[in-house]
Amino acid sequence: MAERSFAKEVQKLKLGQGETLRCEGILAITKALLECGVGYVGGYQGAPISHLMDVLADAEEILSELGVRYEANASEAAAAAMLAASVHYPIRGAVTFKGSVGVNVASDALANLSSSGVTGGALIIVGEDYGEGSSIMQERSHAFAMKSQFWLLDPRPNLQSIVKAVEDGFELSEASGTPVMLMLRIRSCHVTGSIETRDNIAPPLSVKAALSNPQRDFSRVVLPPMSYAHEQDKINNRWPKAEKFIMEQQLNERFGPDRSQVGIVLQGGMYNSVIRALQRLGLADLHGDTQVPLYVLNVTYPLVNDEFLKFCEGKESVLVVEEGQPEFIEQGLSTMLLRAGSTVRLFGKDILPMAGEYTGQVLLEGVTGFLRKAAPELLSGQVLAPNSVAPSFPDLSASVPIRPPGFCTGCPERPIFAALKLVEQELGLHQITADIGCHLFATLPPFEIGGSTMGYGLGPASNAAFGGGGERRPISILGDGGFWHNGLSSSIGNMVYNRSDSVAVIVDNHYAAATGGQDLMSSRAESKSKSTNHPITKALKGVGVDWVRQIDRTYDVPKMREIIREALTTDYDGPKVIVASSECMLNKQRREKPLRNKAIKEGRRVEAPRFGVDEDVCTGDHACIRLSGCPSLSLKKLDDPLRDDPVASIDQTCVGCGNCGEVADAAVLCPSFYRVDVVHNPGWIEKLCTRFRIQIINWLQSRRQRGKLEFVEL
Amino acid sequence: MVGAQMNLKAQALDPQMKGLIKLAVMAVGGQGGGVLTSWIEAVAQANGYAVQATSVAGVAQRTGATIYYIEMAPDGERAPVFSLAPAAGDVDILIAAEMIEAGRAILRGFVTPDRTTLITSTHRSLAVSEKMVPGDGTVDSRDVRVAAEAAAQRLIMFDMEKVAVDSGSVISSSLFGALAGSGALPFARETFEEAIRASGKGVETSLAAFGQAFSVASNPETPAETVVAAGSKKYRVQGSEKLLQNWHLLLRRIQEFPTEVQEITTAGLHKVVDFQDLDYGQSYLDRLDRVLGKDHAHEGFRLTREAAKYIANAMAYDDVIRVADLKTRGNRFQRVRGEMGVSSEALMKITEFMHPRAEELVGLLPVRWGRKIEAQKSWMERIEHYFCKGRRLRTDSFFAFALLYLLGGLRGWRLRSLRHATEIEHMERWLSVSLGYLDQNYALAVEVLRCRRIVKGYSDTHARGLSKFDRVLEGIALVSARKDSADWASRLREAALKDEKGEALDGALKTIRSFV
Repeated sequence: MAERSFAKEVQKLKLGQGETLRCEGILAITKALLECGVGYVGGYQGAPISHLMDVLADAEEILSELGVRYEANASEAAAAAMLAASVHYPIRGAVTFKGSVGVNVASDALANLSSSGVTGGALIIVGEDYGEGSSIMQERSHAFAMKSQFWLLDPRPNLQSIVKAVEDGFELSEASGTPVMLMLRIRSCHVTGSIETRDNIAPPLSVKAALSNPQRDFSRVVLPPMSYAHEQDKINNRWPKAEKFIMEQQLNERFGPDRSQVGIVLQGGMYNSVIRALQRLGLADLHGDTQVPLYVLNVTYPLVNDEFLKFCEGKESVLVVEEGQPEFIEQGLSTMLLRAGSTVRLFGKDILPMAGEYTGQVLLEGVTGFLRKAAPELLSGQVLAPNSVAPSFPDLSASVPIRPPGFCTGCPERPIFAALKLVEQELGLHQITADIGCHLFATLPPFEIGGSTMGYGLGPASNAAFGGGGERRPISILGDGGFWHNGLSSSIGNMVYNRSDSVAVIVDNHYAAATGGQDLMSSRAESKSKSTNHPITKALKGVGVDWVRQIDRTYDVPKMREIIREALTTDYDGPKVIVASSECMLNKQRREKPLRNKAIKEGRRVEAPRFGVDEDVCTGDHACIRLSGCPSLSLKKLDDPLRDDPVASIDQTCVGCGNCGEVADAAVLCPSFYRVDVVHNPGWIEKLCTRFRIQIINWLQSRRQRGKLEFVEL
Repeated sequence: MVGAQMNLKAQALDPQMKGLIKLAVMAVGGQGGGVLTSWIEAVAQANGYAVQATSVAGVAQRTGATIYYIEMAPDGERAPVFSLAPAAGDVDILIAAEMIEAGRAILRGFVTPDRTTLITSTHRSLAVSEKMVPGDGTVDSRDVRVAAEAAAQRLIMFDMEKVAVDSGSVISSSLFGALAGSGALPFARETFEEAIRASGKGVETSLAAFGQAFSVASNPETPAETVVAAGSKKYRVQGSEKLLQNWHLLLRRIQEFPTEVQEITTAGLHKVVDFQDLDYGQSYLDRLDRVLGKDHAHEGFRLTREAAKYIANAMAYDDVIRVADLKTRGNRFQRVRGEMGVSSEALMKITEFMHPRAEELVGLLPVRWGRKIEAQKSWMERIEHYFCKGRRLRTDSFFAFALLYLLGGLRGWRLRSLRHATEIEHMERWLSVSLGYLDQNYALAVEVLRCRRIVKGYSDTHARGLSKFDRVLEGIALVSARKDSADWASRLREAALKDEKGEALDGALKTIRSFV
């Protein structure tokens, strides 16, 4: 069960001709796919397109009604490989994953697919995880399009343009026999807006029907000498066909006056931000009517020579707005100008920054800088010589601490790393590698466990150099998502085959949690359409791991610590794998909280746990926080002149996971923590017994009070 | 326009741009920023506005700082071109769901005096880097207040978290109420409330929080929050007539102290009497008398004030007896019930997490026995093995309560225990070190008293605290002859409170050793 349900929203996918759909980007894309007669869809989750996978999963019924096959692929490589269906069959297929890391994983299949070429339209929808809110290294997927020669769309970020790009993408793919990548930036995936819908179309040839008439043609296989022919075909046939289609169908757009001294060439995805800069300079109106000619590259690869040169005609200077680096587009356009012997002056990364996101501020400064050099007459006096003074106030850079993401309240991964930290306090620091997933937050304070992350499912593989043993064993972390994505073969298989004397901890929270709680092979939930409940331990044993320990309640810190200690100290010198399983708390709460509230309302007996701290007992040393970092465990300043430091305090968001108490016990911290189990709707016997107990306790308490002074807070 | 003119000229700003409203929400993941955004979007649509919202989903939302962004303009024939992210100097309304996030917004230039209405909750949600410091690592948000007042065109600022929690809701509702109440959006209150109703979840509590926040935000006369001064707690003292009489005798002794030290000494006396008994309070005042005898009025009796505070803390050490006593007191169960918001119909089970160590149990023994056993490793290991497991005690059950009750009742025995002897010895040594510096350097003596702050926690944490305390005193001894020794002492103490392992302290000590 994914974190966010689209069950209600996907019903809108059934809207027909001439109706209006108000939605987010991801839903609009799904609708466009159905309107284009797509035959199969798939992908692998990852921000910012995780929710597109969730929409597809929730829409599975609607998809199958149309005869569309939906696969939740095992990885991006698997997703890209699925597009092989469009090589021989005239069936449109679309897959989605994140860029650039997902594209990295998929690149083998993408390169082969591009070499073979396609018959049916093949669309790769990539959520480009770049700029603010990104969780990965800052790179571009653009390079992959250039090296494998598939086409790259970067539409203007509004729903109509995105929907049109889906249709254009399929047609371009079919017209040129080449797969097409549709790139969406982080905020475009979730931008809201409206589109006018059309009827959904069942695929003219369904994947099911295709099986009745299998196709093969060895000239499509990537083997010599056909592979040499593929390269020539790309350059001599597919590319010119693509250029022709782009020009004829006007996939790239022109805005503003035909003639001017200056112009701006921009990626489609940059359009709104460039318009905003022009709006702020008085050079565009609210609706985007601009005084500066724009050449909007909705197709950023290939660049169309004739179209670009025509745009440059009569202009003195042109600015290229290209986010990310290296500046592939700018280099390509420069070559075109040079070869054409043009005198147009090209500006780009000399004015705009080479690296980093092109925010509103960056573009305002960039466009202003360009115009100041190329056409100062377009700038108003206020811009040329601003006379407002910036207000002065205290420098806040020291008062605003960083707030990176971290484990959620009650996260079951927290006690695993608390246990690991305790073992390290006992046995010394170890060489630890991390992986991709929520567990990567353990590399940050307060745990600071793990010093590298090499890729999804590659935690243990990235410790391979240390597998030969030494004074202290190397430890690596792997999530259940990474395990099934790539880890089973690349990491675990690698450990087994190389007889690695190391320890791998598999963090199993029952979901691909970091990407939004999608189900996995080892998920414990029953799924209508997917096969779940395949234990990780079974797979481990199957590939030859003999030392496996499974723990089913990660919150049991002493036990967790004991198992880790055992793995680090045992005589066994082969690979040791610990599977630490507890359900993702975010998902668990989402499932259980409404049920609990309902039960309480209906008068059934329910116990609800929560933790608290006795502030008189807490000395304010914060040792508990250094083993937790839980958002609900915070500090409070006491109204007591004798106390200097704030004490620990647990707020109402506590879900009673137990980590605080377990850690206080395991690390022998302090007796300040207590757990309260609130019993809603208790039975009468229970009430009676409790009343009796309370009476005895009250008597004892008042007995003690008699002999001493009592200070009662007013 | 086509080809009419070769060279274009500068233009004035499109007047329609004035109708464009740009609104950013700076939140911490999990605060309900998504819900707030969809409400705002719904209100704008209901009022005939074209609106666009964007957010960042994914890992960044897991308790990290995140931004939601909305643009809207009166709907017309043609769709406006909206931006997808906020730009510095170009935000009309900024909603911050936490005080430091308001600071982050100001730092990023999203709050400017020419246009921005800043709506921020004043509560703090501490970052991990603030919470994990052994001392007090919390950032002072007063700078943010000052900056907010300077940077915002209009400022609406109050504790919206409290408003929400008091209504049983979450902060998105009170932020929405504050937005509505601010009048920054040209929409009627009813349309905001309709958006909440239409969303269908937790409608009543959301509306309650909305209403509260609306009235605070829309009424500029609402007084700013009153800051409660520390130490303002008031107590009623009760007990037998004889006990009260003796208590008043002790209070009368304090009245003979200089006025500067009376308040803190009263607080200290209260603590030690609560810890043990009136006689113990008597000995506390005797110790203070000793310090006071050497103190000077022209120094404002700083030495005695610090002594009053830290001697009380040292005398009321955290032993097993005290913890057991605090856990079984009469008012505790009531207090917990209140803090946890447990209704009167519900029952409450309380589980304590105890893990005594051999040192703590041996500390209960008489001094001589205790010392003997403590010296023998094998005995300590045996005790650790048989008695010192982590124990979960249900203090609402009779037997667990009785066990702690009996332990808490060992108060009469306490003064003969090994732990008491150790604590008092440590305290006397510390006091004599401080007073030893008094004649040559008053300020240094005061600083040494303040070093007591380093000793806190239980078991390992306590042991680490003691070792840091010793190292700080050693460091102080090295510089004691210098004029600036008091500054060094304060620096060493702050360093000791910076991190767990004492790396900052090691650094500071290294610096000292480099020049002495």
